[in-house]
Amino acid sequence: MKLKLKVWRQKNRKEKGKLETYSLDNVSEHMSFLEMMDVLNEQLINDGVEPVAFDHDCREGICGMCSMYINGQPHGPDRGVTTCQLHMRKFNDGDTIYIEPFRAKGFPIVKDLVVDRGAFDRIQRAGGFISVNTSGNTQDANLTPVPKKDADKAFDAATCIGCGACVASCKNASAMLFVSAKVSQYSLLPQGKVEAKRRVLNMVEQMDKEGFGNCTNTGACHVECPKEISLENIARMNREFLKASITSEK
Amino acid sequence: MSKSAILSSSIAKKWWMSLTGLFLCLFLVGHLLGNLQIIFFSGDEGQRVFNEYAYFMTHNPLIKLLSYLTYFSILFHAVDGIILTFQNKRARPIKYAYSKPQKNSSTPSRYMAILGSAILIFIIMHMSNFWGVMHFDKNMPLHTKNLVRPDSSYQKLYLTTNGTFLPVEQVEINNKTELIDKELNLKIGEGYKDLHSLTVSFFGHNKTNKGFPPNKYAYLAVILYVFSMAVLSFHLWHGFNSAFQTLGISHEKYNSALSLFGKIFSVLVPLAFASIPITIFLTK
Amino acid sequence: MTALDSKIPEGPIKEKWTNHKNKINVVNPANKRLIDVIVVGTGLAGASASASLAEMGYNVKAFCFQDTPRRAHSIAAQGGINAAKNYQNDGDSVYRLFYDTVKGGDYRAREANVYRLAEVSANIIDQCVAQGVPFARDYGGLLDNRSFGGVLVSRTFYAKGQTGQQLLLGAYSAMNRQIGKGKIQMYSRHEMLELVKINGKARGIIARNLITGELERHSAHAVVIASGGYGNVFFLSTNAMGSNVTAAWRIHKKGAFFANPCYTQIHPTCIPRSGDYQSKLTLMSESLRNDGRIWVPKNKEDVIDIREGKKKPTDLSEEERDYYLERRYPAFGNLVPRDVASRAAKERCDAGFGVNETGEAVYLDFASAIFRYGKEKATINNEREASKERIIELGEEVIKAKYGNLFQMYWKITDENPYKTPMMIYPAVHYTMGGVWVDYNLMTTIPGCYAAGEANFSDHGANRLGASALMQGLADGYFVLPYTIGDYLADDIRTGKIPVETKEFEEAEAGVKARLEGFVNKKGTKSVDHFHRRLGKVMWNKVGMARNEKGLKEAIKEIQQIREEFHKEVMVPGGAYEFNPELEKAARVEDFIELGELFAKDALHRTESCGGHFREESQTPEGEALRDDVNFSFTSAWEWKGVNSAPVLHKEILSFKDIELKQRSYK
Repeated sequence: MKLKLKVWRQKNRKEKGKLETYSLDNVSEHMSFLEMMDVLNEQLINDGVEPVAFDHDCREGICGMCSMYINGQPHGPDRGVTTCQLHMRKFNDGDTIYIEPFRAKGFPIVKDLVVDRGAFDRIQRAGGFISVNTSGNTQDANLTPVPKKDADKAFDAATCIGCGACVASCKNASAMLFVSAKVSQYSLLPQGKVEAKRRVLNMVEQMDKEGFGNCTNTGACHVECPKEISLENIARMNREFLKASITSEK
Repeated sequence: MSKSAILSSSIAKKWWMSLTGLFLCLFLVGHLLGNLQIIFFSGDEGQRVFNEYAYFMTHNPLIKLLSYLTYFSILFHAVDGIILTFQNKRARPIKYAYSKPQKNSSTPSRYMAILGSAILIFIIMHMSNFWGVMHFDKNMPLHTKNLVRPDSSYQKLYLTTNGTFLPVEQVEINNKTELIDKELNLKIGEGYKDLHSLTVSFFGHNKTNKGFPPNKYAYLAVILYVFSMAVLSFHLWHGFNSAFQTLGISHEKYNSALSLFGKIFSVLVPLAFASIPITIFLTK
Repeated sequence: MTALDSKIPEGPIKEKWTNHKNKINVVNPANKRLIDVIVVGTGLAGASASASLAEMGYNVKAFCFQDTPRRAHSIAAQGGINAAKNYQNDGDSVYRLFYDTVKGGDYRAREANVYRLAEVSANIIDQCVAQGVPFARDYGGLLDNRSFGGVLVSRTFYAKGQTGQQLLLGAYSAMNRQIGKGKIQMYSRHEMLELVKINGKARGIIARNLITGELERHSAHAVVIASGGYGNVFFLSTNAMGSNVTAAWRIHKKGAFFANPCYTQIHPTCIPRSGDYQSKLTLMSESLRNDGRIWVPKNKEDVIDIREGKKKPTDLSEEERDYYLERRYPAFGNLVPRDVASRAAKERCDAGFGVNETGEAVYLDFASAIFRYGKEKATINNEREASKERIIELGEEVIKAKYGNLFQMYWKITDENPYKTPMMIYPAVHYTMGGVWVDYNLMTTIPGCYAAGEANFSDHGANRLGASALMQGLADGYFVLPYTIGDYLADDIRTGKIPVETKEFEEAEAGVKARLEGFVNKKGTKSVDHFHRRLGKVMWNKVGMARNEKGLKEAIKEIQQIREEFHKEVMVPGGAYEFNPELEKAARVEDFIELGELFAKDALHRTESCGGHFREESQTPEGEALRDDVNFSFTSAWEWKGVNSAPVLHKEILSFKDIELKQRSYK
């Protein structure tokens, strides 16, 4: 297939960027999107142009590093996949493809398509954990049974890969789906209940500080989420937050 | 922390949106039931029922309290909404060159601020057309009834709040609604403001005999009203269920029922509202 | 050639670890505050070590090249984690796990380490559950287990097909807690490019800030390398694109011995290669072999028809299929260890039975499992009259619940529905058992420099069993290193902060600077990937699943040639002091090329077959790997002597006191 690519190029955080147009021949429909980008970069290197910087690592949809906004959607037109799992068969010969970075105040651009998602780390640090030290004497894993339903839901929430597609797709650049997934995981498990109030208050406070927008329940995050994290998590976090902010001693 | 959480966190701002929004939904129901009297009762009876209702709504202390809460809710919902919208705009300083939001979200959900602004404009116009005229227009006529005498001549009577009628020529009006006996110079009752005739004449019925000039633009008023109700419907289509999600009221067992209820509500309520001016306009 | 001291504690194997912990030095809590530890890598081993060390009171500096520690490649581990919990009442025990691991590793692992691993395995599960890791549970709310290759019990704990992700996020959360407290300083998008030694001891690193390109000096009293394996030396592997050997190779060049580089695990169930553009291979969890049956057609005619698209695999009757694993290994069937399954697939494909265009694919078929589960489900649902279609529908639901994400992944990549047609799979490089040589305390041959997780060589011998990598990474990080490192650091309580304004740091930084500037100034004509691909081809063809003397000798020559060309011709666009992914790759690939050479030399030296290392010269009449216990019952630890000098071999003799050496058999 032949493609025309409109790629966002930006030297660094401070300089202004713009869309550049490249054409690419001989793209196989079996390629993944990132392999197509590899081919583009190889071509650019041969032409003496600086290759396009983009984040990627595991290339099997689990590390959450790849992060492109492709033809108006994070991770492109396919559902339930990351950019690395998106295949060129989803496009047609002669297509023009717009490739932009994830855009949000909370995700400043590093270079080209690479953004800084450190805000997610800082939110996790604010409370995305259970305070238990490493110890050889932790109670036996089967001492506290967890209802299968809760365990499954906690797992579903925990499958979040932290890629930021929720923020990228949200018209408000809200990070609620990401934060609620972590809050949900722990609030569903007995081990996480002890710190539940503190966790949700601190994580939401940090989320607000990072400059993400507010959730207006458009549901775009869930639709674009490569792991299809449920909106139920957002409702759960709202509930947890209400409970915590009313009853917390602080 | 929690104190500031209730006041200033992003989630709390959304609760206030939900709570005020849901309260306004309740208000809509009440308002609708009251308004429907206009088309369910006809003739003098209809006029009386509606004006009595209007009087009750403006004089009952509990209703007054509710009405202040409603004004507050509208203002808060609007101001909070504007704050949220600006914050949300700031959260993405550089827009996408190419975006396909229709692939991942419903249209109403993305235009809540615009829909809301349109509704706010409607509310302002709506209130100045009815509430404003009723409260502040010095010439707002009171409820009158034409008594047909056996000789086929008319006598115009005021309806008083204690249920009696007073001949028009006998009274003078003080303080908008006080009926003063011209001869005795004594307050002998309170009249009803004729909101019914105001409404009916606004949407197309000639009420010159009640003191209201005919509305040349009645068709426009009806169209705008119906349009506004369509806007309201879209706003509710997303807003109703969204409010429950924001309040954390979500349970897989009941979600689909709640969602269905929300959809029905968001269509039915505006539709019923819209039916009122249309009926008035058509049943001239 | 000298013998290596592995510092295995005295006493019976069951008491070694306990005795050792009781006897080694500890640093008192007040003094831990005075001690800095650098941890390179934030996968299971690195993250768990960082968190545990910080909890104990040490000041930890953690480094990862990804944008956040949560993206380390442990996240991609799918199947599960072993632990000798015996929750299933199938007779599992620490000894049985120990035995299975040593046997699975083809008797090339260090007994004491493996026993310790089995011993702490149960603690890992307890620890992770306490951290909120959502393992799969049954309806009673208790933990569920599945069974994995090479063992006869169910001891694998799992979280669907994303166990590695859940465990890593658990360790990451523990790290986050310490970062929040200021006990861990996190340096993400930083790559370690040099180890700094002062008076023979590891005292710091030179790291490059990948955003700005600046070189930074970081000092510490000890350095832990937990940077994972080197499977990417094959270019195509199931490793992440960024996975690299650089940290391990840098310490190797500074004096840490590199052990058994040729022990590589080729995983039998990966999605086959589809074209030259391919950048990586995708693994399908071994857990699939619990329910999938592996086969190729019996007749060559059918193979040709399938390749040409004239026939579909579902057209072939049972009689026309060759379930070769079940045929060759009746006891273990489709659940033989990975090395055995991989070689069997290669054997069939080499014989011309590969079922895709490249001739490098076999079928993994779920039809019978779907039918079996469907029938069970129909019985449970009381649908006694269920039609065949209904049974299949029910069965597909069960399979979806078990492996949904894997099936979806396969479907997305290949555009074929694996519920309806068998999957195509082929072996691919997956894990490296070899790595930096460490003693019982996980210390390398450089004092104060430790290696943990896949980066070290210690526990898996010549082949790793499924679900053991996660176990080892977390065992090292949570339960071994935090204790053993204290023994060394106890001498450092009066050292004080290590200054970075010293000659050693300056020299190390200057070396790195020269190297990086050398790349960007080279202005060659060929991209880094060009060389990486070439290296990968040589490695796969001649140092891959089956090796022989001739091929290995050729490979060594070819790799040397690639190295020379790389130094002349490589082109790295952009500058050294900016965000420059090509430069990062260039440094990594240079290290891979050097490692590749050592890899091939190690494979050439070890003329026996064992585990993942298969020398064609050494096999049984049935084509199974044939060990040579008389001559090769040792760990090869290689010492770096310079680019153009031959590496020096040191042997760690392996003695098996608690397990009898046997020819592995899974028949």
